[in-house]
Amino acid sequence: MSLRGTAAIVGIGETEVGNVPYLSCTQLYVKAIRQAVEDAGIGLSEVDGLITGNSRFEPYLYHAEMIAEYLGIRPGFCLTVGTGGSTSNSVIQQAVAMIQAGVCKNVVIAKADNLLSGAGREATIESMATIGHPQFEHPYGTLIPALYALLAQRYMHESGVTPEQIAHVAVVNRYYASLNPAAQYREPITVETVLNSRLIADPLHLLECAPISDAGAAIVMTSAGRARSMRQKPVYVLGVGESHVFEHVSQAPNLARTGAVESGRAAFAMAGVTHKDIDVAMIYDAFAFIMPMQLEDLGFFARGEAAANIAAGKTRIDGELPVNTHGGLLSHSHAGRPSALLLVTEAVKQLRGVLGPRQKAGARTALVHGEGGILASHCTAILSTEV
Amino acid sequence: MAYEKPIPIPNAETKPYWDGCKRHELLVQTCESCGNAQLYPRILCTRCHSESLTWKQSCGRGIVYSYTIIRRAPSKAFSADVPYVLALVELEEGVRLMTNVIGCSPDKVKIDLPVRVVFEDVTDNCTIPKFVPAGA
Repeated sequence: MSLRGTAAIVGIGETEVGNVPYLSCTQLYVKAIRQAVEDAGIGLSEVDGLITGNSRFEPYLYHAEMIAEYLGIRPGFCLTVGTGGSTSNSVIQQAVAMIQAGVCKNVVIAKADNLLSGAGREATIESMATIGHPQFEHPYGTLIPALYALLAQRYMHESGVTPEQIAHVAVVNRYYASLNPAAQYREPITVETVLNSRLIADPLHLLECAPISDAGAAIVMTSAGRARSMRQKPVYVLGVGESHVFEHVSQAPNLARTGAVESGRAAFAMAGVTHKDIDVAMIYDAFAFIMPMQLEDLGFFARGEAAANIAAGKTRIDGELPVNTHGGLLSHSHAGRPSALLLVTEAVKQLRGVLGPRQKAGARTALVHGEGGILASHCTAILSTEV
Repeated sequence: MAYEKPIPIPNAETKPYWDGCKRHELLVQTCESCGNAQLYPRILCTRCHSESLTWKQSCGRGIVYSYTIIRRAPSKAFSADVPYVLALVELEEGVRLMTNVIGCSPDKVKIDLPVRVVFEDVTDNCTIPKFVPAGA
């Protein structure tokens, strides 16, 4: 029995993002959850399913349980999930399943972290250096951007995409951020500024890498039936697809084609919609090159053509397919775990029609894509105001 | 001066590989049932799941499948090496491994560059395979 259209997102919460030193990670969680629950028009005690993403610097062995205890609630379903930008979308599928099965009525998914004020830039970067297979990768001096760079190089080699085209991704994200008072970095930038910014690991320039931030986000989900009588226009989950291709970059079968091909196909198949039905797309862009690469793998553009289309303005608000209207991870924020959920909350706002200058007129259906690890795990979700 | 970079700590399934490195031999785990070559070593073949695995010596030659030039050290231990090349080399046997390409300026490294293995005895007890341009 398909999960299509059986559950909806009925509440969202987003904390202030960027540098938020006066809120601990747990407080970011709590604020986001309260906001989502109030947005949904339910009481906290009506939440009977809680999924959280733990915290890099304020971790708990049983994190969701701790958050439930802090909130003073006793949900029947508690799940703490691992890292990775794909997990926000993949747990949406799990929440839908729990709701469809009648196990939960109101599921909250929440992610928060304070990488900037909690740990600081240096400590966060150092923690990212422990990545890689301990015997077969780590000894060679691995770093998260460098591992992503291995994919960027191969993708550019096979697709012919140029550094200038990819730099446009950062420029367009910053354009959207200039329209978004909540975004962390809002000053417009040019292709020249991007390409002149310091190289971190070739071909990745500093302005093509997501910043380090504090942020918290939460959503409330319930059944489609209940959603129809609640305060906000329901955003139904039409399709979700996942794929898990590898864990260590040295094991990746193909560095220029990702599992987004499979996860996208599965999501579109469940949703029963096509690419032309998608009004806005939200793509997890921890690095600029990821956006065109994933848009191609998801089937929106032919190989090598996404970047040229981005450079030509097709993903701006007046373009055919607005992408990352909140500023993307590159300019809105990147607090690690919350980033994928903030793609979902922005998509929900697009579909509710509340975004003013960055609103895609008449948006009804959105695609949200998250990737985890080093473009290793993928999860695509298709959301719509129509079933 | 003590070697401060991370060193591989062999376990039962990887010990033959690291012992091979100490002898300056690059070994690749090979499936006796289907011929699949794989690294990192495992107790089963990733292609056919057979547990009949053996070790074969690689010719040590390959090409650069992808690479990057790291310009910001991941930790203090790598500060002196920056800028250095992190690469994926595809051996003639069809296996890819992560490594550093050394022995040339980083800007000379390109995808498809032919390379050959060299062995770095980083401690008395640990040798790590790296690669240099094949012409070198």
